[in-house]
Amino acid sequence: MSDVTATRHPGLNLNHTDRETHDRAESVMFGFWVFMMSDLVLFAVLFATYAAQSVHGIAGGPAPAEIFELKSTLWQTLVLLTSSFTMGLAALALKYRDDRRRLVLWLLVTAALGGTFLYLEGADWLRMARDHGAVPQVSGFLSIFYALTGTHFLHVSAAMVWIGVMLVQIGRFGLKPEVKLRVMRLAILWHLLDVVWIGIFTFVFLFGVVQ
Amino acid sequence: MTKGIPVSEDEGLRAELRSYAIGGILSLALTGAAFWLVASRALSLRTTLLVLGGLAIVQIAAQLRFFLHIDLRKSHRDDLQLILFTALIIGLMIGGTIWILFNQHARM
Repeated sequence: MSDVTATRHPGLNLNHTDRETHDRAESVMFGFWVFMMSDLVLFAVLFATYAAQSVHGIAGGPAPAEIFELKSTLWQTLVLLTSSFTMGLAALALKYRDDRRRLVLWLLVTAALGGTFLYLEGADWLRMARDHGAVPQVSGFLSIFYALTGTHFLHVSAAMVWIGVMLVQIGRFGLKPEVKLRVMRLAILWHLLDVVWIGIFTFVFLFGVVQ
Repeated sequence: MTKGIPVSEDEGLRAELRSYAIGGILSLALTGAAFWLVASRALSLRTTLLVLGGLAIVQIAAQLRFFLHIDLRKSHRDDLQLILFTALIIGLMIGGTIWILFNQHARM
């Protein structure tokens, strides 16, 4: 019953335009989900350490409420959320239209938004370091703050490199099955990075400002 | 045909576009509510923290549902179980860490 197995894996599937690749997708997609979940556990450890250090690890240095700026965090959040949405549009272009130009266009928009996010976050760090002397070695709170947001920053940077590699592969090889499956996994990573950011803007920035 | 498993889960481009749009608008609204709550200081500290946590969990669920297509369909159950188990592990680690470290701090 290929009809039954063909629909097993969730989400960004290719059933509509490419049944054969869709059949092959299930195990690699599920495997990638398992990998991503272990990555979330890494973030969980950083969040747990942050929760303790942001209260007890100030060590005479600046407190969260003194260095965070809501406006900057809001812009970062809006840009990353929009990029998650445009990555969804890229996935839909792949799934329903098999449309290379549209896919490339939405990937480029997503990469531009991702770059904007990285720029905004980098500028926010520089502002904290310049105006408040808030560098990682000042206190336990600042060490884990930069470790947590920095890990997320590195993830987004790596995903940006992945987008670049995909653009090259789409250009060179066209929409081959392997390339499609890579784009689908890229989309999962990108969406999950926005999910992690929900945790960061809520439990780091908003919690920090309100206290 | 095996019972209970749909032949095809193709909702069609329009339906899926709508799903992404709903997810996007919902996320925007929840984000807006969270930032407004902090900027306006409308509630007491304790209530604010609780509501913020709730808004974050709802937004995470919304993005899993509308962007990552995780729902209650039988065919998605493996992934849902994987995610729920991971959520359990994350809850244990974060909850346990906070519990132990705050307890230690109180004793020092």
